[in-house]
Amino acid sequence: MKVAHEIATPGRLIETLDISKIRADFPILKQKVHDKPLVYLDNGATSQKPQSVIDALNRYYSTENSNIHRGVHYLSERATAAYEAARQKIKSFVNARSEREIIFVRGTTEAINLVAQSYGRTFLKKGDEIIISAMEHHSNIVPWQMLCEQTGACLRVIPINHDGELVLDEYRRLLGEKTKLVSVTHVSNALGTIAPVKDIVRLAHARNVPVLLDGAQAIPHLKVDVQELGCDFYAFSGHKLFGPTGVGILYGRTELLDAMPPYQGGGDMISLVTFEKTHYNVLPYKFEAGTPHIAGGIGLAAAIDYLATLDWKQVMAHEHDLLAYATSALSSIDGLRIIGTAKEKVGVMSFVFDHVHAHDVGTILDQEGVAVRAGHHCAMPVMQRFGVPATTRASFALYNTRAEIDALVRGIHRALKVFK
Amino acid sequence: MSQLDELYQEVILDHNRSPRNYRAMANANRKAQGYNPLCGDQVTVYVDLKEGVIKDISFQGSGCAISKASASMMTAELKGKTEAEAKELFDNVHKMLTGEPNKDGPPDKREVGKLAILSGVCKFPARVKCASLAWHTVNSALKGGAGVTSTE
Repeated sequence: MKVAHEIATPGRLIETLDISKIRADFPILKQKVHDKPLVYLDNGATSQKPQSVIDALNRYYSTENSNIHRGVHYLSERATAAYEAARQKIKSFVNARSEREIIFVRGTTEAINLVAQSYGRTFLKKGDEIIISAMEHHSNIVPWQMLCEQTGACLRVIPINHDGELVLDEYRRLLGEKTKLVSVTHVSNALGTIAPVKDIVRLAHARNVPVLLDGAQAIPHLKVDVQELGCDFYAFSGHKLFGPTGVGILYGRTELLDAMPPYQGGGDMISLVTFEKTHYNVLPYKFEAGTPHIAGGIGLAAAIDYLATLDWKQVMAHEHDLLAYATSALSSIDGLRIIGTAKEKVGVMSFVFDHVHAHDVGTILDQEGVAVRAGHHCAMPVMQRFGVPATTRASFALYNTRAEIDALVRGIHRALKVFK
Repeated sequence: MSQLDELYQEVILDHNRSPRNYRAMANANRKAQGYNPLCGDQVTVYVDLKEGVIKDISFQGSGCAISKASASMMTAELKGKTEAEAKELFDNVHKMLTGEPNKDGPPDKREVGKLAILSGVCKFPARVKCASLAWHTVNSALKGGAGVTSTE
Protein backbone atom coordinates (compact mmCIF):
# COMPACT_ATOMS: atom_id res chain seq x y z
CA MET A 1 0.00 0.00 0.00
CA LYS A 2 1.24 3.47 -0.83
CA VAL A 3 0.19 6.28 1.42
CA ALA A 4 -1.36 9.36 -0.06
CA HIS A 5 1.21 11.73 1.30
CA GLU A 6 3.78 12.30 -1.37
CA ILE A 7 6.44 14.92 -1.41
CA ALA A 8 7.38 16.51 -4.66
CA THR A 9 10.95 17.62 -5.15
CA PRO A 10 12.33 19.32 -8.24
CA GLY A 11 12.69 16.86 -11.07
CA ARG A 12 11.31 13.78 -9.37
CA LEU A 13 8.77 12.41 -6.97
CA ILE A 14 10.27 10.92 -3.84
CA GLU A 15 9.02 7.40 -3.26
CA THR A 16 6.68 7.19 -0.29
CA LEU A 17 7.06 4.59 2.42
CA ASP A 18 6.01 1.10 1.47
CA ILE A 19 3.87 0.52 4.54
CA SER A 20 2.84 -3.03 3.67
CA LYS A 21 6.52 -3.97 3.47
CA ILE A 22 7.22 -2.29 6.81
CA ARG A 23 4.23 -4.03 8.40
CA ALA A 24 5.53 -7.38 7.20
CA ASP A 25 8.69 -6.72 9.24
CA PHE A 26 6.66 -6.67 12.49
CA PRO A 27 5.36 -10.21 13.10
CA ILE A 28 2.99 -9.25 15.93
CA LEU A 29 0.94 -7.05 13.61
CA LYS A 30 -0.26 -10.11 11.69
CA GLN A 31 -2.34 -11.47 14.52
CA LYS A 32 -6.04 -11.23 15.23
CA VAL A 33 -7.48 -10.00 18.51
CA HIS A 34 -11.08 -10.99 19.38
CA ASP A 35 -11.33 -12.30 15.80
CA LYS A 36 -10.48 -8.88 14.37
CA PRO A 37 -7.18 -7.81 12.82
CA LEU A 38 -5.00 -6.21 15.49
CA VAL A 39 -4.93 -2.43 15.17
CA TYR A 40 -2.12 -1.42 17.47
CA LEU A 41 -2.48 2.23 18.45
CA ASP A 42 -0.76 2.12 21.84
CA ASN A 43 2.72 2.99 20.63
CA GLY A 44 3.10 5.70 23.24
CA ALA A 45 3.09 2.93 25.85
CA THR A 46 5.45 0.71 23.92
CA SER A 47 6.22 0.05 20.28
CA GLN A 48 6.24 -3.31 18.51
CA LYS A 49 9.50 -4.97 17.48
CA PRO A 50 10.70 -5.79 13.97
CA GLN A 51 11.84 -9.34 13.25
CA SER A 52 15.44 -8.13 13.03
CA VAL A 53 15.36 -7.03 16.70
CA ILE A 54 13.80 -10.33 17.78
CA ASP A 55 16.47 -12.15 15.73
CA ALA A 56 19.26 -10.11 17.31
CA LEU A 57 18.10 -11.12 20.81
CA ASN A 58 17.81 -14.72 19.71
CA ARG A 59 21.23 -14.67 18.07
CA TYR A 60 22.86 -13.13 21.12
CA TYR A 61 21.46 -15.73 23.50
CA SER A 62 22.04 -18.57 21.01
CA THR A 63 25.60 -17.76 20.02
CA GLU A 64 27.21 -14.96 22.04
CA ASN A 65 25.79 -15.03 25.56
CA SER A 66 28.53 -14.28 28.05
CA ASN A 67 29.38 -11.63 30.59
CA ILE A 68 31.09 -8.52 29.31
CA HIS A 69 34.22 -6.58 30.31
CA ARG A 70 35.65 -9.43 32.37
CA GLY A 71 36.19 -12.65 30.50
CA VAL A 72 39.34 -13.57 28.68
CA HIS A 73 37.50 -16.18 26.71
CA TYR A 74 36.13 -16.08 23.20
CA LEU A 75 32.44 -15.62 24.01
CA SER A 76 33.09 -12.83 26.50
CA GLU A 77 35.15 -10.98 23.93
CA ARG A 78 32.41 -11.34 21.36
CA ALA A 79 29.68 -10.21 23.78
CA THR A 80 31.81 -7.25 24.88
CA ALA A 81 32.48 -6.26 21.29
CA ALA A 82 28.79 -6.51 20.37
CA TYR A 83 27.73 -4.49 23.43
CA GLU A 84 30.31 -1.77 22.82
CA ALA A 85 29.44 -1.70 19.11
CA ALA A 86 25.85 -1.07 20.20
CA ARG A 87 27.02 1.88 22.29
CA GLN A 88 28.87 3.29 19.27
CA LYS A 89 25.77 2.92 17.13
CA ILE A 90 23.62 4.72 19.70
CA LYS A 91 26.27 7.44 19.99
CA SER A 92 26.03 8.05 16.23
CA PHE A 93 22.23 7.80 16.28
CA VAL A 94 21.89 10.74 18.69
CA ASN A 95 25.11 12.40 17.48
CA ALA A 96 26.90 12.48 20.83
CA ARG A 97 30.53 13.65 20.75
CA SER A 98 31.85 10.48 22.32
CA GLU A 99 30.67 7.02 23.34
CA ARG A 100 31.74 8.01 26.86
CA GLU A 101 28.61 10.14 26.94
CA ILE A 102 26.29 7.18 26.32
CA ILE A 103 25.27 5.48 29.58
CA PHE A 104 23.22 2.29 29.41
CA VAL A 105 20.35 2.34 31.91
CA ARG A 106 17.07 0.44 32.35
CA GLY A 107 14.99 3.14 30.71
CA THR A 108 14.06 6.80 30.76
CA THR A 109 12.90 6.56 34.37
CA GLU A 110 16.24 5.27 35.58
CA ALA A 111 18.10 7.86 33.51
CA ILE A 112 16.20 10.71 35.18
CA ASN A 113 16.64 9.17 38.63
CA LEU A 114 20.35 8.85 37.94
CA VAL A 115 20.67 12.56 37.19
CA ALA A 116 18.45 13.55 40.12
CA GLN A 117 20.40 11.48 42.61
CA SER A 118 23.92 11.88 41.26
CA TYR A 119 23.94 15.41 39.84
CA GLY A 120 21.09 16.72 41.98
CA ARG A 121 22.31 15.58 45.40
CA THR A 122 25.83 16.80 44.62
CA PHE A 123 25.08 20.23 43.22
CA LEU A 124 21.70 21.30 44.63
CA LYS A 125 21.03 22.66 48.09
CA LYS A 126 18.25 24.19 50.16
CA GLY A 127 16.52 27.06 48.41
CA ASP A 128 17.65 26.06 44.90
CA GLU A 129 14.98 25.62 42.25
CA ILE A 130 14.35 22.95 39.63
CA ILE A 131 12.09 23.82 36.71
CA ILE A 132 9.86 21.20 35.09
CA SER A 133 6.70 21.65 33.02
CA ALA A 134 3.00 21.01 33.51
CA MET A 135 3.02 18.26 30.89
CA GLU A 136 5.55 15.92 32.45
CA HIS A 137 5.17 12.18 32.86
CA HIS A 138 5.32 11.14 36.52
CA SER A 139 8.86 9.90 35.87
CA ASN A 140 9.97 13.50 35.31
CA ILE A 141 8.15 14.77 38.40
CA VAL A 142 8.63 12.26 41.20
CA PRO A 143 12.47 11.92 41.04
CA TRP A 144 12.70 15.71 41.44
CA GLN A 145 10.21 15.74 44.31
CA MET A 146 12.34 13.11 46.03
CA LEU A 147 15.43 15.24 45.42
CA CYS A 148 13.61 18.28 46.83
CA GLU A 149 12.78 16.34 49.99
CA GLN A 150 16.41 15.28 50.31
CA THR A 151 18.01 18.67 49.65
CA GLY A 152 15.41 21.30 50.50
CA ALA A 153 15.36 22.48 46.87
CA CYS A 154 11.96 23.28 45.38
CA LEU A 155 10.12 22.54 42.19
CA ARG A 156 8.78 25.21 39.81
CA VAL A 157 6.39 24.33 37.00
CA ILE A 158 6.10 25.94 33.54
CA PRO A 159 2.35 26.14 32.81
CA ILE A 160 0.71 25.02 29.57
CA ASN A 161 -2.04 26.78 27.65
CA HIS A 162 -5.36 25.32 26.60
CA ASP A 163 -3.86 23.74 23.49
CA GLY A 164 -1.28 21.97 25.64
CA GLU A 165 1.65 24.19 24.66
CA LEU A 166 4.28 25.41 27.09
CA VAL A 167 3.96 29.09 27.98
CA LEU A 168 7.50 30.31 27.26
CA ASP A 169 6.93 33.74 28.81
CA GLU A 170 6.17 32.03 32.11
CA TYR A 171 9.33 29.97 31.73
CA ARG A 172 11.33 33.18 31.27
CA ARG A 173 9.78 34.50 34.49
CA LEU A 174 10.55 31.31 36.40
CA LEU A 175 14.20 31.22 35.35
CA GLY A 176 16.18 33.09 37.95
CA GLU A 177 19.14 33.21 40.27
CA LYS A 178 17.83 30.21 42.20
CA THR A 179 17.31 27.99 39.15
CA LYS A 180 19.88 25.20 39.21
CA LEU A 181 18.37 22.68 36.79
CA VAL A 182 15.71 22.49 34.08
CA SER A 183 14.15 19.12 33.24
CA VAL A 184 11.40 19.05 30.63
CA THR A 185 9.89 16.58 28.26
CA HIS A 186 10.77 16.83 24.56
CA VAL A 187 7.34 15.44 23.59
CA SER A 188 4.34 15.06 25.91
CA ASN A 189 3.11 11.48 26.24
CA ALA A 190 -0.46 12.48 27.04
CA LEU A 191 -0.87 15.36 24.58
CA GLY A 192 1.68 14.77 21.82
CA THR A 193 2.97 18.34 22.13
CA ILE A 194 6.51 18.93 20.88
CA ALA A 195 8.09 21.32 23.38
CA PRO A 196 10.21 24.25 22.12
CA VAL A 197 13.28 22.59 23.57
CA LYS A 198 15.86 24.65 21.70
CA ASP A 199 14.44 27.84 23.22
CA ILE A 200 14.28 26.16 26.61
CA VAL A 201 17.95 25.16 26.39
CA ARG A 202 19.06 28.56 25.05
CA LEU A 203 17.32 30.50 27.83
CA ALA A 204 18.65 28.17 30.54
CA HIS A 205 22.20 28.23 29.19
CA ALA A 206 22.14 32.02 29.19
CA ARG A 207 22.05 31.59 32.98
CA ASN A 208 24.47 28.63 33.02
CA VAL A 209 21.66 26.28 34.04
CA PRO A 210 21.93 22.70 32.71
CA VAL A 211 18.95 21.12 30.93
CA LEU A 212 17.74 17.52 30.90
CA LEU A 213 15.34 16.51 28.14
CA ASP A 214 13.01 13.53 28.62
CA GLY A 215 13.08 12.05 25.14
CA ALA A 216 10.99 8.93 25.75
CA GLN A 217 8.19 10.03 23.41
CA ALA A 218 10.34 12.08 21.03
CA ILE A 219 12.90 9.47 20.03
CA PRO A 220 10.58 7.29 17.87
CA HIS A 221 9.18 10.30 16.01
CA LEU A 222 11.82 13.02 15.68
CA LYS A 223 15.41 13.12 14.49
CA VAL A 224 17.28 13.69 17.74
CA ASP A 225 20.71 15.33 17.56
CA VAL A 226 21.90 16.10 21.08
CA GLN A 227 24.54 18.55 19.88
CA GLU A 228 22.04 20.48 17.81
CA LEU A 229 19.56 20.49 20.70
CA GLY A 230 22.37 21.66 22.95
CA CYS A 231 20.94 19.85 25.98
CA ASP A 232 23.14 18.63 28.81
CA PHE A 233 21.28 15.37 29.40
CA TYR A 234 18.94 13.40 27.13
CA ALA A 235 17.05 10.36 28.39
CA PHE A 236 15.16 7.74 26.37
CA SER A 237 13.94 4.14 26.44
CA GLY A 238 14.74 1.38 23.96
CA HIS A 239 11.28 -0.14 23.96
CA LYS A 240 9.58 2.94 22.56
CA LEU A 241 12.11 2.91 19.71
CA PHE A 242 11.18 -0.58 18.47
CA GLY A 243 13.85 -2.11 20.73
CA PRO A 244 13.61 -4.34 23.81
CA THR A 245 12.19 -3.35 27.20
CA GLY A 246 14.55 -2.93 30.12
CA VAL A 247 17.19 -0.92 28.31
CA GLY A 248 17.48 2.81 27.88
CA ILE A 249 20.04 5.55 27.42
CA LEU A 250 21.22 8.52 29.37
CA TYR A 251 23.23 10.88 27.23
CA GLY A 252 25.22 13.37 29.29
CA ARG A 253 27.88 15.92 28.43
CA THR A 254 31.29 14.62 29.47
CA GLU A 255 32.09 17.62 31.69
CA LEU A 256 28.95 17.07 33.74
CA LEU A 257 29.24 13.28 33.90
CA ASP A 258 32.87 13.59 34.99
CA ALA A 259 31.88 15.87 37.86
CA MET A 260 29.12 13.55 39.05
CA PRO A 261 29.59 10.74 41.59
CA PRO A 262 28.45 7.19 40.71
CA TYR A 263 24.75 6.45 40.99
CA GLN A 264 25.06 2.85 42.13
CA GLY A 265 28.02 0.94 43.48
CA GLY A 266 29.07 -2.53 42.40
CA GLY A 267 31.04 -4.40 39.83
CA ASP A 268 32.19 -2.87 36.53
CA MET A 269 32.01 0.71 37.87
CA ILE A 270 35.32 0.47 39.72
CA SER A 271 38.97 0.41 38.74
CA LEU A 272 40.39 -0.62 42.11
CA VAL A 273 38.72 -1.75 45.32
CA THR A 274 40.37 -2.11 48.70
CA PHE A 275 38.60 -1.97 52.05
CA GLU A 276 40.16 1.46 52.59
CA LYS A 277 39.23 3.09 49.31
CA THR A 278 37.65 2.43 45.96
CA HIS A 279 38.69 4.11 42.72
CA TYR A 280 35.88 4.56 40.27
CA ASN A 281 36.05 3.51 36.67
CA VAL A 282 36.09 6.00 33.80
CA LEU A 283 33.06 7.07 31.79
CA PRO A 284 30.72 5.57 30.84
CA TYR A 285 31.39 2.57 33.13
CA LYS A 286 31.35 4.69 36.28
CA PHE A 287 27.56 4.75 35.95
CA GLU A 288 27.08 1.13 34.93
CA ALA A 289 27.33 -0.97 38.07
CA GLY A 290 26.54 -4.65 37.74
CA THR A 291 25.93 -6.86 34.75
CA PRO A 292 23.82 -4.79 32.35
CA HIS A 293 21.03 -5.84 30.00
CA ILE A 294 23.55 -6.95 27.37
CA ALA A 295 20.99 -8.47 25.01
CA GLY A 296 18.88 -5.32 25.42
CA GLY A 297 21.70 -3.05 24.32
CA ILE A 298 22.40 -5.26 21.31
CA GLY A 299 18.66 -5.38 20.51
CA LEU A 300 18.44 -1.60 20.70
CA ALA A 301 21.29 -1.32 18.22
CA ALA A 302 19.40 -3.71 15.93
CA ALA A 303 16.37 -1.40 16.15
CA ILE A 304 18.55 1.53 15.14
CA ASP A 305 19.89 -0.54 12.23
CA TYR A 306 16.31 -1.24 11.21
CA LEU A 307 15.40 2.44 11.26
CA ALA A 308 18.48 3.19 9.16
CA THR A 309 16.92 1.15 6.33
CA LEU A 310 14.04 3.66 6.20
CA ASP A 311 14.07 7.18 4.84
CA TRP A 312 13.50 9.36 7.90
CA LYS A 313 11.91 12.17 5.87
CA GLN A 314 9.39 9.71 4.49
CA VAL A 315 8.71 8.33 7.97
CA MET A 316 8.05 11.79 9.33
CA ALA A 317 5.85 12.67 6.36
CA HIS A 318 3.87 9.47 6.83
CA GLU A 319 3.40 10.08 10.55
CA HIS A 320 2.36 13.64 9.84
CA ASP A 321 -0.20 12.36 7.36
CA LEU A 322 -1.58 9.92 9.98
CA LEU A 323 -1.89 12.72 12.53
CA ALA A 324 -3.64 15.05 10.07
CA TYR A 325 -5.97 12.27 8.93
CA ALA A 326 -6.81 11.23 12.50
CA THR A 327 -7.32 14.81 13.65
CA SER A 328 -9.77 15.40 10.85
CA ALA A 329 -11.56 12.06 11.34
CA LEU A 330 -11.91 12.39 15.11
CA SER A 331 -12.93 16.05 14.94
CA SER A 332 -15.95 15.06 12.90
CA ILE A 333 -17.30 12.78 15.68
CA ASP A 334 -20.12 14.44 17.65
CA GLY A 335 -19.25 15.16 21.27
CA LEU A 336 -15.60 14.14 20.95
CA ARG A 337 -13.14 16.61 22.47
CA ILE A 338 -9.47 16.34 21.55
CA ILE A 339 -7.15 17.02 24.49
CA GLY A 340 -3.88 18.40 23.16
CA THR A 341 -4.17 20.59 20.10
CA ALA A 342 -0.69 22.07 19.94
CA LYS A 343 0.52 23.37 16.59
CA GLU A 344 3.66 21.24 16.92
CA LYS A 345 2.58 17.67 17.65
CA VAL A 346 3.53 14.07 17.06
CA GLY A 347 0.99 11.33 16.30
CA VAL A 348 -0.86 11.23 19.60
CA MET A 349 -4.65 11.65 19.81
CA SER A 350 -5.98 12.02 23.34
CA PHE A 351 -9.73 12.50 23.50
CA VAL A 352 -12.72 12.50 25.84
CA PHE A 353 -16.51 12.45 25.74
CA ASP A 354 -18.73 14.13 28.31
CA HIS A 355 -20.93 11.08 28.76
CA VAL A 356 -18.64 8.13 27.97
CA HIS A 357 -15.65 7.36 30.17
CA ALA A 358 -12.27 6.61 28.60
CA HIS A 359 -12.21 3.11 30.10
CA ASP A 360 -15.48 2.14 28.51
CA VAL A 361 -14.26 3.45 25.16
CA GLY A 362 -11.04 1.46 25.64
CA THR A 363 -12.86 -1.79 26.38
CA ILE A 364 -15.19 -1.43 23.41
CA LEU A 365 -12.31 -0.56 21.07
CA ASP A 366 -10.44 -3.62 22.33
CA GLN A 367 -13.37 -5.81 21.30
CA GLU A 368 -12.89 -4.36 17.80
CA GLY A 369 -9.21 -5.34 17.88
CA VAL A 370 -8.11 -1.73 18.42
CA ALA A 371 -5.50 -1.34 21.17
CA VAL A 372 -5.44 2.09 22.80
CA ARG A 373 -4.56 3.39 26.24
CA ALA A 374 -7.27 4.64 28.58
CA GLY A 375 -6.44 6.39 31.81
CA HIS A 376 -4.29 9.20 33.12
CA HIS A 377 -1.17 8.14 31.15
CA CYS A 378 1.04 8.59 34.23
CA ALA A 379 0.49 12.31 33.80
CA MET A 380 -2.14 13.12 36.42
CA PRO A 381 -1.27 16.84 36.55
CA VAL A 382 -2.05 17.04 32.81
CA MET A 383 -5.46 15.47 33.46
CA GLN A 384 -6.06 17.97 36.28
CA ARG A 385 -5.06 20.85 34.00
CA PHE A 386 -7.74 19.86 31.49
CA GLY A 387 -10.30 18.95 34.16
CA VAL A 388 -10.73 15.35 33.02
CA PRO A 389 -10.19 12.18 35.08
CA ALA A 390 -8.81 10.24 32.13
CA THR A 391 -8.54 10.26 28.35
CA THR A 392 -8.52 7.65 25.63
CA ARG A 393 -5.23 7.87 23.77
CA ALA A 394 -4.41 6.55 20.32
CA SER A 395 -0.70 6.89 19.57
CA PHE A 396 0.72 6.12 16.16
CA ALA A 397 3.96 4.60 14.90
CA LEU A 398 5.50 4.40 11.47
CA TYR A 399 3.72 1.09 10.69
CA ASN A 400 0.19 2.43 11.23
CA THR A 401 -2.13 3.20 8.32
CA ARG A 402 -5.10 5.36 7.47
CA ALA A 403 -7.21 2.18 7.35
CA GLU A 404 -6.34 1.59 11.02
CA ILE A 405 -7.54 5.08 11.89
CA ASP A 406 -10.77 4.23 10.07
CA ALA A 407 -11.05 1.15 12.33
CA LEU A 408 -10.52 3.40 15.35
CA VAL A 409 -13.31 5.69 14.19
CA ARG A 410 -15.66 2.73 13.60
CA GLY A 411 -14.87 1.48 17.12
CA ILE A 412 -15.60 4.88 18.62
CA HIS A 413 -18.96 4.93 16.83
CA ARG A 414 -19.72 1.51 18.29
CA ALA A 415 -18.95 2.84 21.78
CA LEU A 416 -21.24 5.79 21.17
CA LYS A 417 -23.98 3.43 20.09
CA VAL A 418 -23.67 1.44 23.34
CA PHE A 419 -23.87 4.69 25.34
CA LYS A 420 -26.45 6.44 23.13
CA MET B 1 -25.22 -12.27 23.67
CA SER B 2 -21.73 -11.03 22.89
CA GLN B 3 -19.27 -10.50 25.74
CA LEU B 4 -19.62 -6.78 25.20
CA ASP B 5 -23.43 -6.86 25.38
CA GLU B 6 -23.11 -8.95 28.51
CA LEU B 7 -20.85 -6.33 30.05
CA TYR B 8 -22.90 -3.30 29.09
CA GLN B 9 -26.42 -4.55 29.80
CA GLU B 10 -29.24 -2.02 29.85
CA VAL B 11 -29.52 -2.17 33.64
CA ILE B 12 -25.85 -1.24 33.97
CA LEU B 13 -26.18 1.58 31.46
CA ASP B 14 -29.21 2.84 33.35
CA HIS B 15 -27.36 2.89 36.68
CA ASN B 16 -24.53 4.72 34.93
CA ARG B 17 -26.90 7.34 33.49
CA SER B 18 -28.83 7.85 36.71
CA PRO B 19 -26.89 6.44 39.63
CA ARG B 20 -28.94 5.73 42.76
CA ASN B 21 -27.98 7.17 46.15
CA TYR B 22 -25.50 9.51 44.46
CA ARG B 23 -25.04 12.15 47.14
CA ALA B 24 -22.86 13.15 50.05
CA MET B 25 -24.28 12.27 53.48
CA ALA B 26 -23.80 14.82 56.26
CA ASN B 27 -24.77 12.46 59.08
CA ALA B 28 -22.74 9.48 57.92
CA ASN B 29 -20.93 7.76 60.79
CA ARG B 30 -18.82 5.65 58.43
CA LYS B 31 -17.05 7.01 55.39
CA ALA B 32 -14.19 5.86 53.18
CA GLN B 33 -12.52 6.92 49.97
CA GLY B 34 -11.56 4.45 47.30
CA TYR B 35 -9.11 5.04 44.53
CA ASN B 36 -7.88 3.05 41.56
CA PRO B 37 -4.43 4.46 40.77
CA LEU B 38 -4.27 2.64 37.44
CA CYS B 39 -7.11 4.60 35.89
CA GLY B 40 -7.92 7.42 38.27
CA ASP B 41 -11.39 6.15 39.26
CA GLN B 42 -12.33 7.50 42.67
CA VAL B 43 -15.29 6.97 44.93
CA THR B 44 -16.40 8.11 48.39
CA VAL B 45 -18.85 5.84 50.20
CA TYR B 46 -20.99 7.16 53.09
CA VAL B 47 -22.73 4.86 55.54
CA ASP B 48 -25.16 5.57 58.37
CA LEU B 49 -24.69 2.48 60.54
CA LYS B 50 -27.07 2.03 63.49
CA GLU B 51 -26.87 -1.02 65.78
CA GLY B 52 -25.11 -3.03 63.16
CA VAL B 53 -27.60 -2.22 60.40
CA ILE B 54 -26.93 -0.08 57.34
CA LYS B 55 -29.71 2.48 57.72
CA ASP B 56 -28.51 4.58 54.81
CA ILE B 57 -25.72 4.39 52.28
CA SER B 58 -24.63 6.73 49.46
CA PHE B 59 -21.67 7.46 47.24
CA GLN B 60 -20.02 10.09 45.08
CA GLY B 61 -17.11 9.97 42.72
CA SER B 62 -15.90 9.80 39.17
CA GLY B 63 -15.27 6.75 37.10
CA CYS B 64 -16.29 4.62 34.18
CA ALA B 65 -19.75 3.15 33.59
CA ILE B 66 -18.79 -0.12 35.27
CA SER B 67 -17.49 1.49 38.45
CA LYS B 68 -20.40 3.93 38.69
CA ALA B 69 -23.06 1.29 38.00
CA SER B 70 -21.44 -1.14 40.43
CA ALA B 71 -21.38 1.49 43.18
CA SER B 72 -24.98 2.48 42.46
CA MET B 73 -26.25 -1.12 42.55
CA MET B 74 -24.21 -1.79 45.65
CA THR B 75 -25.86 1.04 47.59
CA ALA B 76 -29.31 -0.13 46.50
CA GLU B 77 -28.51 -3.68 47.59
CA LEU B 78 -26.84 -2.89 50.92
CA LYS B 79 -29.45 -0.54 52.36
CA GLY B 80 -31.14 -2.26 55.31
CA LYS B 81 -28.60 -5.08 55.52
CA THR B 82 -26.63 -5.97 58.63
CA GLU B 83 -22.87 -5.68 58.70
CA ALA B 84 -22.56 -9.46 58.58
CA GLU B 85 -24.89 -9.70 55.58
CA ALA B 86 -22.92 -6.95 53.84
CA LYS B 87 -19.67 -8.79 54.45
CA GLU B 88 -21.11 -12.01 53.03
CA LEU B 89 -22.38 -10.18 49.97
CA PHE B 90 -18.98 -8.53 49.52
CA ASP B 91 -17.31 -11.94 49.52
CA ASN B 92 -19.78 -13.38 47.02
CA VAL B 93 -19.61 -10.38 44.69
CA HIS B 94 -15.84 -10.45 44.84
CA LYS B 95 -15.84 -14.13 43.86
CA MET B 96 -18.26 -13.46 41.04
CA LEU B 97 -16.20 -10.56 39.67
CA THR B 98 -12.91 -12.40 39.80
CA GLY B 99 -14.47 -15.58 38.44
CA GLU B 100 -13.32 -17.49 41.51
CA PRO B 101 -15.62 -20.48 42.06
CA ASN B 102 -17.22 -21.21 45.42
CA LYS B 103 -16.65 -24.60 46.98
CA ASP B 104 -20.04 -25.54 45.50
CA GLY B 105 -19.26 -24.02 42.10
CA PRO B 106 -19.70 -20.45 40.88
CA PRO B 107 -21.92 -18.19 42.99
CA ASP B 108 -25.48 -18.33 41.73
CA LYS B 109 -28.08 -15.64 41.65
CA ARG B 110 -29.41 -16.39 45.13
CA GLU B 111 -26.07 -15.43 46.60
CA VAL B 112 -25.62 -12.09 44.83
CA GLY B 113 -29.21 -11.16 43.92
CA LYS B 114 -29.60 -8.43 41.31
CA LEU B 115 -25.84 -7.96 41.29
CA ALA B 116 -25.55 -11.05 39.08
CA ILE B 117 -25.96 -8.61 36.22
CA LEU B 118 -22.32 -7.64 36.83
CA SER B 119 -21.08 -11.19 36.26
CA GLY B 120 -20.01 -10.31 32.69
CA VAL B 121 -17.16 -8.28 34.17
CA CYS B 122 -15.12 -11.37 35.01
CA LYS B 123 -14.49 -11.87 31.29
CA PHE B 124 -12.76 -8.47 31.20
CA PRO B 125 -9.83 -8.79 33.63
CA ALA B 126 -8.84 -5.16 33.10
CA ARG B 127 -12.26 -4.05 34.38
CA VAL B 128 -12.59 -6.18 37.52
CA LYS B 129 -11.04 -3.42 39.60
CA CYS B 130 -13.53 -0.90 38.26
CA ALA B 131 -16.42 -3.06 39.45
CA SER B 132 -14.89 -3.96 42.80
CA LEU B 133 -13.68 -0.48 43.82
CA ALA B 134 -16.92 0.56 45.59
CA TRP B 135 -17.09 -2.79 47.37
CA HIS B 136 -13.55 -2.54 48.70
CA THR B 137 -14.37 0.98 49.80
CA VAL B 138 -17.55 0.08 51.69
CA ASN B 139 -15.70 -2.79 53.28
CA SER B 140 -13.11 -0.40 54.62
CA ALA B 141 -15.81 2.10 55.68
CA LEU B 142 -17.57 -0.61 57.71
CA LYS B 143 -14.29 -1.58 59.33
CA GLY B 144 -14.05 2.04 60.42
CA GLY B 145 -10.93 2.68 58.34
CA ALA B 146 -10.44 6.38 57.72
CA GLY B 147 -7.73 6.08 55.08
CA VAL B 148 -7.93 5.81 51.33
CA THR B 149 -8.65 2.36 49.94
CA SER B 150 -6.67 1.48 46.89
CA THR B 151 -7.32 -1.31 44.42
CA GLU B 152 -3.57 -1.86 44.18
